[in-house]
Amino acid sequence: MAYSEERHSYLDAPYGLKSWLLTKDHKRIAMLYLISITIFFALGGFFAAGIRAELLTPKGDLLTPDLYNKFFSMHGVIMVFFFLVPSIPATLGNFFMPIMIGTKDLAFPRVNLISWYLYVIGGLIGVSVLAMGGIDTGWTFYTPYSTIGSTTNVTFAIVGVFVAGFSSILTGFNFIVTVHRMRAPGMTWFRLPLFVWANYATSLVMILGTPVVAITLVMVAAERSLHLGIFDPKLGGDPVLFQHLFWFYSHPAVYIMILPGMGVMSELVAAMSRKQIFGYSFVAASSLAIAVLGFLVWGHHLFLSSQSIYAGMVFSIITMLVAVPSAVKTFNWAATMYKGSISWESPTYWIIGFMGLFLVGGLTGLFLASMGLDIHMHDTYFVVAHFHYIMVGGAIMAYMGGLHFWWPKMTGKLYNETLAKISAILVFIGFNLTFGPQFIVGYLGMPRRYHTYPDEFQFWNIASTLGAGVLGAGYMLAFIYLVYSIFKGEQASSNPWGAKGLEWTTTSPPPTFNFDKDPIVDEPAYNYNPGGKGVHVGH
Amino acid sequence: MSIPFFPPSASTVSTEMDLLYFFIVAVCAFFIVLVVALVVFFAIKYKRKHPDEVGADIHGSLALELLWTAIPFVLSMVMFGWGATLFFKLSRPPADSMEIVVVGKQWMWKIQHPEGVREINELHVPIGVNIRISLGSEDVIHDFFMPAFRVKIDAVPGKITTLWFQATQAGTYHIFCSQYCGTKHSGMVGQVIAMEPQDYAAWLSGGRANGTPVEMGRKLFTDHQCSTCHKEDKSGRGPSLVGVAGNPVQLADGRTVVADDNYLRESIVNSQAKVVQGFQPIMPTFQGQISEENLMQLIAYIKSLKPATGEKK
Repeated sequence: MAYSEERHSYLDAPYGLKSWLLTKDHKRIAMLYLISITIFFALGGFFAAGIRAELLTPKGDLLTPDLYNKFFSMHGVIMVFFFLVPSIPATLGNFFMPIMIGTKDLAFPRVNLISWYLYVIGGLIGVSVLAMGGIDTGWTFYTPYSTIGSTTNVTFAIVGVFVAGFSSILTGFNFIVTVHRMRAPGMTWFRLPLFVWANYATSLVMILGTPVVAITLVMVAAERSLHLGIFDPKLGGDPVLFQHLFWFYSHPAVYIMILPGMGVMSELVAAMSRKQIFGYSFVAASSLAIAVLGFLVWGHHLFLSSQSIYAGMVFSIITMLVAVPSAVKTFNWAATMYKGSISWESPTYWIIGFMGLFLVGGLTGLFLASMGLDIHMHDTYFVVAHFHYIMVGGAIMAYMGGLHFWWPKMTGKLYNETLAKISAILVFIGFNLTFGPQFIVGYLGMPRRYHTYPDEFQFWNIASTLGAGVLGAGYMLAFIYLVYSIFKGEQASSNPWGAKGLEWTTTSPPPTFNFDKDPIVDEPAYNYNPGGKGVHVGH
Repeated sequence: MSIPFFPPSASTVSTEMDLLYFFIVAVCAFFIVLVVALVVFFAIKYKRKHPDEVGADIHGSLALELLWTAIPFVLSMVMFGWGATLFFKLSRPPADSMEIVVVGKQWMWKIQHPEGVREINELHVPIGVNIRISLGSEDVIHDFFMPAFRVKIDAVPGKITTLWFQATQAGTYHIFCSQYCGTKHSGMVGQVIAMEPQDYAAWLSGGRANGTPVEMGRKLFTDHQCSTCHKEDKSGRGPSLVGVAGNPVQLADGRTVVADDNYLRESIVNSQAKVVQGFQPIMPTFQGQISEENLMQLIAYIKSLKPATGEKK
């Protein structure tokens, strides 16, 4: 590797901590996010380990009840607000969206840097709550427990989430403007890679939903400190109002987590099959459909909260409708592989893992959307299993797949393929062993957030805790070989997978302004075999 | 160590609930197996055999898109319809239900039977009888969950919620609080004991009762001086409460509302919210002055005030 080529990359020019902390390069900001969300993921994982260890036995023998409640609350707050929401958009989205549409950076590079600082400040405030003893409200902050019941530092945690929320809003706004205004010549809307579509849809949800939860949490803080009667019935408020406001954001937030994951999947399936994505426009439109429908389903969290039955029916039917675009995506991914040329390199392992887990996660949502069945299943471990299949099995599996797929481009280094495959298999097995049994124990009636439980649920809890160990080992392994590759990995070529897309036309890692020559786009996305004249066509 | 897969099935709805569960399990299992089998099959069949090989030039199929839009749509609507029907059934307690009052507070369930017998964290019920639980909360949100009967409902402070069931199998089953409520959330558990009707009668007669909810409500009605204005003969400064419960009430702002439990509750704690036509808003607020249990007893008393036979409403 010649010196001049090395200086060429965004990683090398210029050096120094200051150049990183004051960078306006979307790629460097993406790497800053990558490092910070990894720290939060590890912290959230630590609390998960504590929860699983406690639940090994029916009695509360490891943590006190209050400490256990703080563990699951901090696990939820950290994982949702400081890991999952920013995960794919702020790292892979930040890094690749501008490159994929053929531009030098996001529309507002300084705003992008501010977003990262807001995220870090919010995160630090959130974590400083730990030093003050943590919070015990759950990540859902349900009133009136969060306003009159809890004696922990709820207000401070809310400030953290509030500040980090602005990071999301600014990122969403930046992405939307970038997609509208910064596309390279020839990059029409229907030539956009599906990852860009997915991030665009996610950004809409971020800017429309996040302000609502921010204001809602401010109201909780106001009731706690100023005794304004908003949610507490003793002050003339309505506790169920909080649930409406909270889920108006927090249900769409699930789509903030999974939509970018679906985008990653579309890229990976096409690239690893070297084939045009099946039904491009249907996959793109289904992202928007999910984003829009996602705003109209919040009441399915309130079937049993004294919400009107008729309102419940509307929410139930719209929730069922979300299954349709999700199914459309899944079938299109499967169909993309038909007559593809399928590589058995490590990203494919993550793809297959994602498909299996996301299917289970999505389909188990139908049980809970069906109002009658929700009477029995609401607030049980079935719900816990369901949303972990979506958020961990779906979103994190896609995130890991995307990270493996784009790692050579981001760092310019290749990781160990064998270890990557082992990691994907460990995560898949560990995940199913952790959360599969929770479906069963949920139908048996074990409620969520239980510190102690009746003896007959123990078998499934032991299985779940063992699975968590395997899952943790899988993630740990990936962390080790990925970090190792940065220092000792083989140099990656500009297109190690032989994939289509503008990000593979530039060097690995890319130069500061992404391309040496501004790209002009003259073909649709995933144009692997134009006109069916490929030299070697798989079949 | 036991390895259970299903909770005991001990109420008239538990079989239907399980059937709906199995139906959705079957549909989901079919699609999971189908898609995973296809993906694995394609991955093996179309494995890359040459480094510069590319996939076939296929862009999509409108027919397939329509097919896999229509099938999930129809199936999900069946799940919606069946689920909504079951929910409706479980939201409408039959008229002949026996009413048991349950109040949740951190971290216990306080229960009172119509005959006045009280219990804590234990609920004795006869089998073969429709039981309606009127549920309130003294502090934060709780949730009264009996997995063996497949029923639960939130206990929301400031409201009265209801659920109903009919036990079919005698036995002892779990009661769980399933809405997180603080430190001892997982300790807010109890037992529901379903008994043969004669055993229940024997149990009841052995219980200590210092007044039925109606009797206690009548005493509260006098103690709080409600009776000075709400006279039965309609001569008071407030409306007579005879025959009010369950019937429409004409309000001063022109609306008509049905006097259900929640209307009665609101009219006690915050009387200005809905003022009855023809009366002045002079009733003081009782917000925070009457416990949730006592409110339930007052409501039980008001509901017992029926017009004398022959008298027209």
